[in-house]
Amino acid sequence: MKPIPTRLAYGQTLVKLGREFDNIIVMDADLSNSTQTSLFAKEFPDRFINVGIAEQNLMGVASGLALSGKVVFASSFAIFATGRTWEQIRNSIAYMNLNVKIAATHSGLSVGPDGASHQALEDLALMRVIPNMVVLSPADVYQTEKAIYAAYRYNGPVYIRLGRAPYPIVTTPDMDFEIGKDIILKEGRDGTIFATGLTVGEALKAAEVLEEKGFNPRVVNIASIKPLDKELILKCAKETGFFITVEEHQRIGGMGSAIAEFIVEIYPIPIKIMGIDDSFGETGTPDFLLKKYRIDSESIVEEYLSFIKKIKVGE
Amino acid sequence: MTIRLTKDIKYIENKCKKVRKLIIDSLYKAKSGHTGGSLSSVEIVTTIFTAFLRFDPDDPFKRERDKFILSKGHAAPVLYVNLALNGFFNIFELNTLRFNNTRLQGHPSREKLPCIDASTGSLGQGFSIAVGYALADKIDKLDYYTYVVLGDGEIQEGQIWEAAMSASHYKLDNIIAFLDHNKLQIDGEIKNVMNVLPIKEKFEAFGWDVIEIDGHNISEMIKAIERAFNIKEKPHLIVAHTIKGKGVDFIENKVKWHGIAPNKEEYYNAIKQLGDI
Repeated sequence: MKPIPTRLAYGQTLVKLGREFDNIIVMDADLSNSTQTSLFAKEFPDRFINVGIAEQNLMGVASGLALSGKVVFASSFAIFATGRTWEQIRNSIAYMNLNVKIAATHSGLSVGPDGASHQALEDLALMRVIPNMVVLSPADVYQTEKAIYAAYRYNGPVYIRLGRAPYPIVTTPDMDFEIGKDIILKEGRDGTIFATGLTVGEALKAAEVLEEKGFNPRVVNIASIKPLDKELILKCAKETGFFITVEEHQRIGGMGSAIAEFIVEIYPIPIKIMGIDDSFGETGTPDFLLKKYRIDSESIVEEYLSFIKKIKVGE
Repeated sequence: MTIRLTKDIKYIENKCKKVRKLIIDSLYKAKSGHTGGSLSSVEIVTTIFTAFLRFDPDDPFKRERDKFILSKGHAAPVLYVNLALNGFFNIFELNTLRFNNTRLQGHPSREKLPCIDASTGSLGQGFSIAVGYALADKIDKLDYYTYVVLGDGEIQEGQIWEAAMSASHYKLDNIIAFLDHNKLQIDGEIKNVMNVLPIKEKFEAFGWDVIEIDGHNISEMIKAIERAFNIKEKPHLIVAHTIKGKGVDFIENKVKWHGIAPNKEEYYNAIKQLGDI
């Protein structure tokens, strides 16, 4: 199957939810054609609210609707949905533990030609640090649909990170999805590669190359960044010798940080955190940018090999 | 239990005296808090709670109810006192304001005190939440009002104008907002810190129905709210001209009384000035 942007699955899943449940309200801030909430708007105009280019109000109005018993999906680009509205999300939504699901599209470098101003590389950190907030980062369209359903059923705020670029299909429709539970996509013994979102496909490609070179990496898809699947991560620490984490996000504060924060307390092992190294992005095609910022499959292979060497020689 | 609402002006005036005394009393015991802006909004909040707000203290989450949001959350004492006097909790709990482990947090917290309609304190945010409440009632075709109290310094926040725009866009005639227009903010006079005037014209340009009243006159307050009930398709703003610190001469119109509580001497002086109930 060809890669598909996760935002498309988001739009289609909203329509399904809308048909099943009367209490769902979808909101947007003038980006409904990009976020795909326009699909819901078309079928349920009475339950779609466009607040215009006013993201702070988006989150506040979502709070009032949630306080009235609605389950609200509020969408914009990840940069605006998390950055511009961070304090509204903290004080209006999370502090009251409200049923607002912030589904943000256009995350990461893979936004592409729009450039750095529109490439959210900090959203996971910003959302993860807020109490009560659940953070999900699905890897493909199948997982997106399940994550949206899980977010609907969960009672409280959820952040769902989605993308503009086509995401390769890495899961199957019959795989389970549960908040706080993640999956091993490829078994292996010498090290574990943890990936999330778009980088899961890169990690799987890297694992194939590494297998050909005689290595045996495990690949884990972290879709639930908060809460983490601690049981699975601990198991990987005990069964494999080191971790490589890779994400389309700053190295500071994202999925790699979350894994490191957890494992360092109970079973410290060497971890290489791959991500954007404290810089902004730039205009370019997704493939070019993943390569340039060293989160593509080739870079994962190189880091894996050099990390194994480092650990072995004790550098 | 349903609360019996009354528009008896003498009764409300007397209740306002009691509210002022309890505000001063709880702030004195708390040793910190926002005295000036709590006292300026006494008539606004007490009139809403006594004459208009349809709610059941035994079932605060009932879907069919009016909502009250103190968007200027730092005036928390005026809300807590009104909740206590209306049976949401025992009046003695007011003595725990700002104490360790209290439900009466420095700024209203729905996590600690679920009967309040919104956690507030970060200025501007309560106004958007009010829009959300009012919009939900329109969607569900429920005929209830959302009352929201703003500070005049608060409307310097950009979010206020985003919310104002959306309320008129969605024709939310079920929002009745009050502006506690006491003309002072922490750093000085509003017009010197960052001028928000003219307020009426600004909100009218944003599509609101606006009137100005004396914010310490119960009769004007009641008439303004009843008038709002009869104007359709527009959200309502009642600009209530008030005096910061109203009721205690050495607190009135003093910038420094924004964020401090009375000491012992000031406390007895204030209680004496507020007189018998």
